[in-house]
Amino acid sequence: MASTVVPAIRVQREDFDVAAEIAALTEGRADIGAVVTFSGLCRDEKGALAALELEHYPGMAEAEIGRIATEAIGRWPLQGLTVVHRHGKITPGENIVLVVAASAHRQAAFEAANFLMDYLKSRAPFWKKEHRADGSEGGWVEAKEADDEAADRWKTPDK
Amino acid sequence: MSTKLIYFAWVRERIGKPEEHVELPAGVETVADLLRWLKSRGEEYENALQYPDVIRVAINQEHVGHREKIAGAREIALFPPMTGG
Repeated sequence: MASTVVPAIRVQREDFDVAAEIAALTEGRADIGAVVTFSGLCRDEKGALAALELEHYPGMAEAEIGRIATEAIGRWPLQGLTVVHRHGKITPGENIVLVVAASAHRQAAFEAANFLMDYLKSRAPFWKKEHRADGSEGGWVEAKEADDEAADRWKTPDK
Repeated sequence: MSTKLIYFAWVRERIGKPEEHVELPAGVETVADLLRWLKSRGEEYENALQYPDVIRVAINQEHVGHREKIAGAREIALFPPMTGG
């Protein structure tokens, strides 16, 4: 049942393989009916961006993603959950973040993945700095109010 | 008791160091008190903490609000709004 699901959480410099992560969740199981994956990639901002430098808070990054994952497992009947977040220098076209949510039915998997991403954006301790294509340093990416609003819509009356 | 302060992103850059250990003076009881006290420690702190409302804080690696008491905190982190994902 849902309460026994242990999320797989990794914060790493290396890239990840989306197909391998899905396979790791579903291999040898016949009870999963839906797998939703979200991958976030670094985009080049129409050629202006050379790379993103992702700073993170080691220890808290894993702990906070764990708290968000535990909340998702409590809210939706998930059968598996994987979250991978990269740090370090990431160039356009590369992966940044992955959420894989597995459930018996699609709705729970879609909603849980959506919730995870909204919360990761505003609560997981990562910060992006831009390296610009023209060689200048660029600045820290500013948090978007829309991301906070996206996270707020999941709030339940008792929280 | 000495408390470890950790800084990230532009808070770290403006203060000019990733972490430090400080002895908190009496009267610094909440996160808001801590931000006010730090701001008075020099130009670099003033620059980093000019708008305290935007500073996010974690005590022992968990998010807290500015009214949170800091008694017993081993590690307090100060950072800008997060931009992961």
